[in-house]
Amino acid sequence: MIDPHTHAAEPAAERPVGPTIGPTVGATVERAVELRSITKCFGALRANASVSLHAGAGEVLALLGENGAGKSTLMKILYGLYQPDAGQIIIGGQPVIFRSPADAIAHGIGMVTQHFALVSTMTVAENIALGAGGGLFNRARAETRVRDTAARYHLQIDPAATVCDLSVGEAQRVEILKALSRQARVLILDEPTAVLTPQESRALFGELKQLVAQGLAIIFISHKLDEVLAVADRVTVLRDGSVVGETSTQGASAAHLAEMMVGRAGFTPTGAGLRAHPAPPSSPNSSASGTAAGARTESGIAQDQRSSPGESPLLAMHDVHTSRTRGLSALRGVTLDVRAGEIVGIAGVSGNGQTELAEVLTGMRHITQGSITLLGHSIANVSAAQATASGIGRIPEDRQTGLVGDMTVAENMALEHVRDFTRAGKLSLLDQVKLHAHARALIAQYNIKAAPSSQAGKLSGGTMQKIILARVLSRNPMLVVAAQPTRGLDVGASEYVRGKLIKQRERGAGVLLISEDLDELLALADRIAVMFEGRIIGSVDSAQASAEQLGLMMAGRSGAQSREVRETQHV
Amino acid sequence: MFSVLRASRGAWLLPLAAVVVTFVITLPLLLIARADPLAALYAFVVEPFTSRLSFTEILVKTTPLLLTGIAVAVAFTAGYYNIGAEGQLLAGAVCAAWLGPLLHDVPSIASIPLMLLGGALAGALWALIPALLKTRINVDEVVTTLLLNSVMIFLVSGLLNGPWRNPVTKMPQSPAIARTAEFPMLLASSRLHLGFIVALMVLAGFWFVTRRTAFGLQMRAAGLSKSSAQFLGVDVSRTLLIAALFSGAIAGLAGVGEVAGVHRRLIEDVAGGYGYTGIIVATLGASSPLGTLLSASFMALIDNGAQEASRSLGVPIYLANIVQATLLVTTLVMLFVQRRLRRLR
Amino acid sequence: MTVLAFTLIPLIAATLRVATPLLLAALGETLGENAGVLNLGIEGTMMLGAFVGFAAAASSGSLWLGVLGAVLVGAVCGAAVALLTVTFGLNQHVSGLGITLLTSGIALFFYRVLYGSTTGVQARIEPFQQVDPLPGSVLGSIFQQHALTYIAFGLVPLAWWLLARTQFGLRVRAVGENPEAADTAGVNVFRVRYATLMMGGGLMGAAGAFLSLAQLGAFTFGIIAGRGWIAIALVIFGNWRPLKVLVGMLLFGALQALQLRLQAEGITLVPYEVLLALPYVLTILALAFAGRAASAPAAMLRAYRRE
Repeated sequence: MIDPHTHAAEPAAERPVGPTIGPTVGATVERAVELRSITKCFGALRANASVSLHAGAGEVLALLGENGAGKSTLMKILYGLYQPDAGQIIIGGQPVIFRSPADAIAHGIGMVTQHFALVSTMTVAENIALGAGGGLFNRARAETRVRDTAARYHLQIDPAATVCDLSVGEAQRVEILKALSRQARVLILDEPTAVLTPQESRALFGELKQLVAQGLAIIFISHKLDEVLAVADRVTVLRDGSVVGETSTQGASAAHLAEMMVGRAGFTPTGAGLRAHPAPPSSPNSSASGTAAGARTESGIAQDQRSSPGESPLLAMHDVHTSRTRGLSALRGVTLDVRAGEIVGIAGVSGNGQTELAEVLTGMRHITQGSITLLGHSIANVSAAQATASGIGRIPEDRQTGLVGDMTVAENMALEHVRDFTRAGKLSLLDQVKLHAHARALIAQYNIKAAPSSQAGKLSGGTMQKIILARVLSRNPMLVVAAQPTRGLDVGASEYVRGKLIKQRERGAGVLLISEDLDELLALADRIAVMFEGRIIGSVDSAQASAEQLGLMMAGRSGAQSREVRETQHV
Repeated sequence: MFSVLRASRGAWLLPLAAVVVTFVITLPLLLIARADPLAALYAFVVEPFTSRLSFTEILVKTTPLLLTGIAVAVAFTAGYYNIGAEGQLLAGAVCAAWLGPLLHDVPSIASIPLMLLGGALAGALWALIPALLKTRINVDEVVTTLLLNSVMIFLVSGLLNGPWRNPVTKMPQSPAIARTAEFPMLLASSRLHLGFIVALMVLAGFWFVTRRTAFGLQMRAAGLSKSSAQFLGVDVSRTLLIAALFSGAIAGLAGVGEVAGVHRRLIEDVAGGYGYTGIIVATLGASSPLGTLLSASFMALIDNGAQEASRSLGVPIYLANIVQATLLVTTLVMLFVQRRLRRLR
Repeated sequence: MTVLAFTLIPLIAATLRVATPLLLAALGETLGENAGVLNLGIEGTMMLGAFVGFAAAASSGSLWLGVLGAVLVGAVCGAAVALLTVTFGLNQHVSGLGITLLTSGIALFFYRVLYGSTTGVQARIEPFQQVDPLPGSVLGSIFQQHALTYIAFGLVPLAWWLLARTQFGLRVRAVGENPEAADTAGVNVFRVRYATLMMGGGLMGAAGAFLSLAQLGAFTFGIIAGRGWIAIALVIFGNWRPLKVLVGMLLFGALQALQLRLQAEGITLVPYEVLLALPYVLTILALAFAGRAASAPAAMLRAYRRE
């Protein structure tokens, strides 16, 4: 990881230098690839709205944006996995149509994603040779070919190594080599450092320099400012499916980029001002600043009752680490508190440890270091059942995990606490009457559009989420861990869920809300902690959060640094 | 996991269609065997109901098939593929054949439960190792249970050709079990024995446990969606282990039934492929108790019908194997089709 | 020395002979499993192969035509398994067992129709004669084997070469380990699985044909006697590599040859069923100690669906 302190002083310190770097912003550089007015909709969701960008040979273009900005969709279109609804892809001046990745590959586009498409029991050379036609596989010749390609681009790799023995950085190199061996002239890298250690990231940047020196065009998707400023020549910022800015990285302001990445209509431009926060009790609709998403707290949810949280923390996490599985982020020392009667929001671009954080609190993942206590009692490494019994209400990230789709609503409502529905005696006989009564009560209370005997998996997303909420919240948990609770839900259902979470805060529970939706966090949370690379990089009182501040943190600059940047700018 | 066993509304249509298809397929086979199709149909479908004896014979055959069917269904419900019912049945039979002759002085009221208990324990024990290997080290249970089937077959053969061989006739037949250990007949002048009642009771128990107990709920959850079950607090490993042991025990009971109710001793062919046919019964029955009973009876009907057709029309008895296997494959294919149609809707 | 020669050499010769059908069947299973499909139809395929081989040879008068027929029918069985598991994506365990039950039923049914009872031997044909390249010498008796045995052992390096040194082999291994990655690389997962299952099925059919045409010269109810399951066990034992499968095969073959020999001599130190059961028990132990699930082709038992 580039040291932010030295970089903050000299934004142009580490630039890729090479003979074929494009001189100015795209003007005379040969455009290796261009996307013109690309639009892509998935039903009602507009993933890309008339996006245009281009990258030239020997140039690194960064694509910056937070969750849902449309970066991955755009690149999937470029790689032939999706077809655009409107717009053109232009390669070497000619418009082309990609019906599949094979077409894209034939036109020199290569893509390296976070999930490597490698066969772990085969060697590097075998993986690269896979898919090439022909009858025989001459091991020696294939290895020589790989060695030659690697040498040409100055990439270190042993062609005879078996993939499962490689480190993540080396495996990624194999993916790059695969693309290069197919004559890629444009290389797309989707969040490549998400799976790398800092050292491996540094090595990757060095490799990218070499590639660019050989005339490749590189499109680098990232949400990490430091990387973008270090590696890229130009950066395009996407937000909510549209391009909101494009600039050369020379002399670019990190703060400005962050603000573009995350900024909303509700934020004031200087970033230091107070966000229009819902006023005290008498004006429930004071949060009038609607955003593009429109999912603010207008519909009668009074955010007035900011009950003063208790003194000592309900949940205390200290320096929590989890082990690192290949390619997946780990927790690298999370320290976090949640007090009773407050909602703590966890913001951050997905893939920075949010999933693991939820798992560690809900009995689904072990920690290797650190402590987690609930009211002083350790809940580290407990089972799922124990977590629930301790008073943790768990709303899982994936609705499919939280329900057994093939079972009925009533059964799903009972399963987590099945002991409560058994009659006394060793036979663990189910009290059917109680079970059904419980289901009917919850259905009425939560206005669930289903019967107790409906099959859970056949219901709508919103209804499924209500069932989970009903099951969890009806037990009056001490701590609610809600991971992406409104993901995939329509406006009505989302509002309902948010209202319920606020009610929990009102009754004195502590709520940990992990969400990719920044609007939601700003509306609901009292405090927002930002996760970056497995740690809490900083936290702010949501009433005082600014787009720039949050953006900087989400992009890798800690709270202290972001203040520093602002200060240097005002000088 | 084993989505075949999802008992959904209208699922009864499926086996019905499969049955029709099966008979259509067997028609050419009957013609090849130079048998009159109508006469064969009579032998299969009508003949069993013409006399009380032939009807009770169906029930005699249904007994072990129902038990192995339930055994397999229990395992499938939890998501455990117990292919070892054949070996577990034999384990129960061996135990019964060993225990039986020792119970001369024990009155029936005690010896019969002892036989049942012993056989169940033997079956459970034989199912233990594959179950442990699966839950502790994640070794595929299909391979281990299959292998143990063969080991048990060798064990039986070794016993029957060795220490248990009839010294007089030199036939591979174990000594007869004690009179008191024999299952009483339910109907005079028929072979219908207590085992049938035992099977029905086990069926009721199966339904009761899976539908009316907390354990059954957890077991079904584990089989339907392992990850969700885990999230919801189910100890999937333990559930699987218990289900596997019960599965083995029930198959063991089938073995006891054959020894104590039918043969009164251990013979080479005591298992008769019931362990494998049980898989067909479980698949067709789709975990519903009525479905399992009907499938077991249907398989028994086919078995006995083939026997009759073989006797009176010279149709090779293996017609039964073909019919049963075709039923299985057809059911699987139909379920695929049903799933596909559902997705299109 | 001569005692050793007289006991060891015939034992080796017997081992090679006994191992042949197992080797063919195991090679067939190895191919399919390397592509990620467990083929439990092996036992039934062998039986149908044995029957068709016998019937074709008996009616045509040519033993090799019988072998050809067995191979073809085996390939059809492989295709049937592929249809259920690959195209329909049905559970591999139950599909395979269904095919085994079906094909063995068909074999026994048709044998009965054509030749009468299956217990005891009603129809006989003149089986294959062994090839004898080194007649006379003591050591030469090891090489006195059936042509099919030579073919079987020759197939082992061929199978290795196919998997390790051809593009097809790369595709097979990729499909068995990570079908998504293979698909991304442009490999047709379905076609590869069909191909391996059909090739494997052909080998299994040949294994059955060896038993009816070379070993017995007849077809009986118990002709296969669980060899299919042994083959599956040995594939695991051999860690899905043709060369290692060969080693396990030889070990098992030796055990079986030893058992036959002891039985012939009337020696009963250990009941011969124990020797028969030993390979199975050893395999279970091997599975337990090595946790072999880790080495299995990772995509085995999962139907591939392009989402």
